[in-house]
Amino acid sequence: MAAERTAATRRVVEKTKSDERGLELLAKMLEIRGVEDEVQRMFTQGLVRGTTHLCQGQEAVAVGVCATLKQGDSMTCTYRGHGAVLAMGAQADAVFGEIMGKAKGLCGGKGGSMHLTDVAVGAYGAFAIVGAHLPITVGLAFASRYLGDDGVSVCFFGDGTTNIGAFHEALNLASLWKTPAIFVCENNLYGEYSPLRTTTPIERLADRAASYGMPGVVVDGNDVFAVIDTAEEAVARARAGEGPTLIEALTYRQVGHSRSDPAKYRPPGELEEWLARDPIVLLERKLAEDVTDPARIAELKEQVRQAVLEALERAKSWPDPELDARFANVLA
Amino acid sequence: MSVTELTYRQAIARAIADEMEIDDRVLLFGEDVGAAGGVFKATEGLQERFGPARVLDTPISEQAIVGCAIGASLRGLRPVIEIMFADFAGVCFDQLANELAKYRYMTNGQVTVPVTVRLANGAGGGFGAQHSQSVENWFLNVPGLTILTPATPGDAYALLRAAIRDVNPVLYLEHKGLYNLTGPVSDADLDVIGRASVVREGSDITLVASQLMRHRALEAAELLAAENVSAEVIDPRTMVPFDYETVRSSITKTNNLICVQECSPGGSWGATLIATLAGDSLELFDAPPLLVGGDNTPIPYSGALEAAWLPSPERIVDAVRRTLAY
Ligand SMILES: Cc1ncc(C[n+]2csc(CCOP(=O)(O)OP(=O)(O)O)c2C)c(N)n1
Ligand SMILES: [Mg+2]
Repeated sequence: MAAERTAATRRVVEKTKSDERGLELLAKMLEIRGVEDEVQRMFTQGLVRGTTHLCQGQEAVAVGVCATLKQGDSMTCTYRGHGAVLAMGAQADAVFGEIMGKAKGLCGGKGGSMHLTDVAVGAYGAFAIVGAHLPITVGLAFASRYLGDDGVSVCFFGDGTTNIGAFHEALNLASLWKTPAIFVCENNLYGEYSPLRTTTPIERLADRAASYGMPGVVVDGNDVFAVIDTAEEAVARARAGEGPTLIEALTYRQVGHSRSDPAKYRPPGELEEWLARDPIVLLERKLAEDVTDPARIAELKEQVRQAVLEALERAKSWPDPELDARFANVLA
Repeated sequence: MSVTELTYRQAIARAIADEMEIDDRVLLFGEDVGAAGGVFKATEGLQERFGPARVLDTPISEQAIVGCAIGASLRGLRPVIEIMFADFAGVCFDQLANELAKYRYMTNGQVTVPVTVRLANGAGGGFGAQHSQSVENWFLNVPGLTILTPATPGDAYALLRAAIRDVNPVLYLEHKGLYNLTGPVSDADLDVIGRASVVREGSDITLVASQLMRHRALEAAELLAAENVSAEVIDPRTMVPFDYETVRSSITKTNNLICVQECSPGGSWGATLIATLAGDSLELFDAPPLLVGGDNTPIPYSGALEAAWLPSPERIVDAVRRTLAY
């Protein structure tokens, strides 16, 4: 009887815990979606210079992987990295501010949409040369081993990136030196406007891991819990000194590659299929299947929406950088 | 350390060792730098002394070598890396020009990137076009990189120690033709980055020359002395930041300038030096400043052709005569 009660209590506790965790994950994904939707609007309003690359539809990958990290770990990402930087804990107003080139933006307006960096939260940089950050991640991970801490370093990149030389050099060295690196390939089926099959002779990118002697794992990148499970394993392996893992997260960018790309290259029906598997919809559904009160979800959505809009308004009110700021930080 | 006689090659190994000795954050990696002691033997003995955790051999992966050094430096380490022949900078140009050089700026100072990149520069050894170029000019147009070009064992030692201590990224170019040169080495003055040295005083003309060309300019100065021409020879030692002041004050005295460089003229440090001084100090010149450099071709293999490609003391003397006859 007592044992039964204990088990029941434990179930309730676990339920609540996963409930709270689920809501936390949902909040983060909603924040990223909200920020990206606003950036898209800002771009059409002329508030974003140059170009911008959004990640609507891919939020579960960044949120799931970053949920497995702790203080002292590091993350690098790409020009499509707003989500990853927010997932690490960067503030939305400073993200908006940077994208608008403001003095109080994450990089004082010197980086822009493609280079969001917030070292204070472990977001060591967003890189706009395809593949360039993979070797840098190896170095971050190597430093953890050299310094004897148990930090790991995560690197997000796209499917197209597995075809550039730096990918090969980085994974080879990472594995040779057994660095605690986790390579997360977000396979969104396209590199710019080219479908993966037109650029890449294999379908399963995780297979490439075999040639580096590291595990290659495929995961449903739209299922945040599946991403967490996969990432936890890779992180544990890395922390234990067993070396890097290549994770291929299957996902989809629901928007064009950049700017106002209408993504005409998609076959009919493809977008709709993936919208039906939207990571936020999937998570909401999962939470509703559990005990989460639907009213709580609705309330959370409204809260996040308000917070994003307030962050945007704040960032809009910030001044441009002083002109002399352009001379600062070429050298230390 | 009292003054010691070392070769240029030994001075390099000594500088790395002395920094590794006092700073655990300093480590060395690159292709064959460890067990083999480097293809130029400039890192001989370091792995035995400091162990394979701090002196590491890498795969043939220049992008990974530079990128890994950048990443490690973000966590406070002080990597010294070797790119072997400087020409190989071509395969990691992105890591050097876009990542290493721009990283601090793009993040508005959130990161510092104290990486020292060693590259073996220079022609004269019969290595052919892909193993002989002096590549400092490739990087002159990339703000964010400090570029060092030592020509003597003493400068090789002091500049390398200064580079490793520098919190900014440094390209350190060693000249292959100077590895066997012997000279005094001391740690008395390590504050050498950005300071040219006047290596011979003179009053009629200023020769600014680096690395192998510094030595040829000195030979030329000897030949000129026999003709009663007094040449001042300046070794910039640092390409970026360039010590314009030392050159300017020399020209105030000599009123004539020739730059001697081991590379073709277009987009070169000599061209920049002349343009800068013509722009702000034209009144100092008695004659148009000249640039003596390699031909505007890739570097040929044949001993006869390569010797003709490289500026010789005689070519320098000839340029001086023309300038003074202007
Ligand atoms: C070295 C380099 N080549 C080309 C580009 C132009 N470019 C920007 S994004 C991109 C596609 C990358 O595809 P993928 O790795 O799948 O990432 P995704 O954009 O899908 O997230 C290309 C070709 C670049 N930025 N860098
Ligand atoms: Mg892609």
